[in-house]
Amino acid sequence: MHSYYGSIHALRGVSLTVEEGEVVTLIGSNGAGKTTTLRSINGVLPARRGKVIFDGEEIQGVPAHDMIKKGIAQSPEGRKIFPRMTVRENLEMGAYHRNDRDGIRRDMDRVFELFPRLQERIKQEAGTMSGGEQQMLAIGRALMSSPKLLLLDEPSMGLAPVLVERIFDIIKEINQQGTTILLVEQNANVALEIATRGYVLESGSIVNAAPAEKLRQDPKVREAYLGEI
Amino acid sequence: MTTGGAAKSRSEALLQSVRSSSWSTRLSAVVIVAVLALLLSQALQEPGQFASQLVIGITNGAIIALIALGYTLVYGIIELINFAHGDNFMIGSFVGITVLSGTFVGLQFFAPITGDGGTLINIVGVLIALVVAMAACGLIGVGIERVAYKPLRNSPRLAVLITAIGMSFILQNIGLIWKGPAQVPFPELISSANILPGEAVIFRWKDLFVIAVTVPLLVGLSYFISNTRQGKAMRAVAQDKEAASMMGINVNRTISITFLLGGILAGASGVMYGLFNGITVFNVGFTQGLYAFTAAVLGGIGNLSGAVVGGFLIGIIGSMADQYIGVRWTSIVIFAVLILVLVFRPRGLLGDRSAVQGGGE
Repeated sequence: MHSYYGSIHALRGVSLTVEEGEVVTLIGSNGAGKTTTLRSINGVLPARRGKVIFDGEEIQGVPAHDMIKKGIAQSPEGRKIFPRMTVRENLEMGAYHRNDRDGIRRDMDRVFELFPRLQERIKQEAGTMSGGEQQMLAIGRALMSSPKLLLLDEPSMGLAPVLVERIFDIIKEINQQGTTILLVEQNANVALEIATRGYVLESGSIVNAAPAEKLRQDPKVREAYLGEI
Repeated sequence: MTTGGAAKSRSEALLQSVRSSSWSTRLSAVVIVAVLALLLSQALQEPGQFASQLVIGITNGAIIALIALGYTLVYGIIELINFAHGDNFMIGSFVGITVLSGTFVGLQFFAPITGDGGTLINIVGVLIALVVAMAACGLIGVGIERVAYKPLRNSPRLAVLITAIGMSFILQNIGLIWKGPAQVPFPELISSANILPGEAVIFRWKDLFVIAVTVPLLVGLSYFISNTRQGKAMRAVAQDKEAASMMGINVNRTISITFLLGGILAGASGVMYGLFNGITVFNVGFTQGLYAFTAAVLGGIGNLSGAVVGGFLIGIIGSMADQYIGVRWTSIVIFAVLILVLVFRPRGLLGDRSAVQGGGE
């Protein structure tokens, strides 16, 4: 996959696979191209060269607003919740493309089971909630489409360590309930803890790919991303 | 005892807020109070005249509010002042008179509706003119967006703004070619007779007509925005386009629908303007458009209730200025209000929504 911002070659041949049922994490420093990779997958920034194959179907070039129908949902970087809508309305927007009322209600109950806090705040304007609650809402909103593949972009960003742990526990639970997850994280420690496999991205290329456990042992990864010398 | 204490602390809080207010706030408060006091004294001297003038203000305000909503809807979603919107309103009034005249491109389809045919024909004629003008202006709005604004979606904002001014000139000149430079008369289909008994307060059938068309449109719009799927999609796009597209919302289509809504309201407003004032002219969109833009800024651009409040306020300020200051001064008063708002309260009376809704990346 090759992607550009204007003439800037942001992704220089990134290739990765996510198998059904896995949690795959993409780690790397600021500006390595992690978010760009997700944007290339979900059609917001279509790759100029390369293919995206999902469920045996080539989906590069599918407009961003049709990706969710294919079963790919995203909790974007910076959360991007709708600030002037209530929690309920935000969740409803996550199910915008669906028409099965019963299914939507079931998924909303499931989101409330995962994030009881959201149910307490159901009528609150989303923009007035705390960062952690907004992150829960962003993940919950993505789950409302009942996706096969969930793209998570920096779910730990700006959150206190205790909250990060809780969010990652829930991500693990979501995966155990059957959703495949591609997790982009700067916080490699927590990401590798719950992931089955990991990729290391550096300046737009993948420099390392291995099972999560192996990456955690890798001295280079430890030095660069796990904060150990 | 407790109520006394509460009242005391409230008055203390008031005193505190007065002390901490800036000189500009105090000055504007003094001016507003003085103007209101003058109006009150006029209202007490001649209550009938004051009430009649208020009715005219509300009616004019309704027409302006409908145009202002178009400005504010579009600004809320793509942060563009669509300067062609006022001229779309003018085209609406031209479409209205064309329908009523029964003649289009030299072909007479039916006899002109002149008001001699009886009430039923008048009502049917007006309704058809309204519907046709609403449809036409809605489509023109969508067309303008497709042709002129969509290709510039990722250009600097100034480029789009200048394009909007260009579209305004194009529409104005289409109007000029279509109906010529002279004022175009509208038939008197809606009676100017007073509904109320006596001469004290004047509330004409015309006024009732404008209100009877405006209120359902406002209620319908508000229902659409807050309750329908498409309306929610519009709000989502206004708040975060990228997130909206991730939710499966087609952003381009949603923007088109916004222009459609704005155009529909402008079309209705155009026909009402013609019927209410008895005339229209090719450059009416410029003046009315500016008033409406002022109203949108006054209420807080991007804020729908703000546009309605601003529209009625501008209408009432205009009619009061007509009566108590002089017709020649009305435009000056209205634009002075615009300047004052921009200086002292740039976010408008109810607060603009752009920073929150259209913010983000």
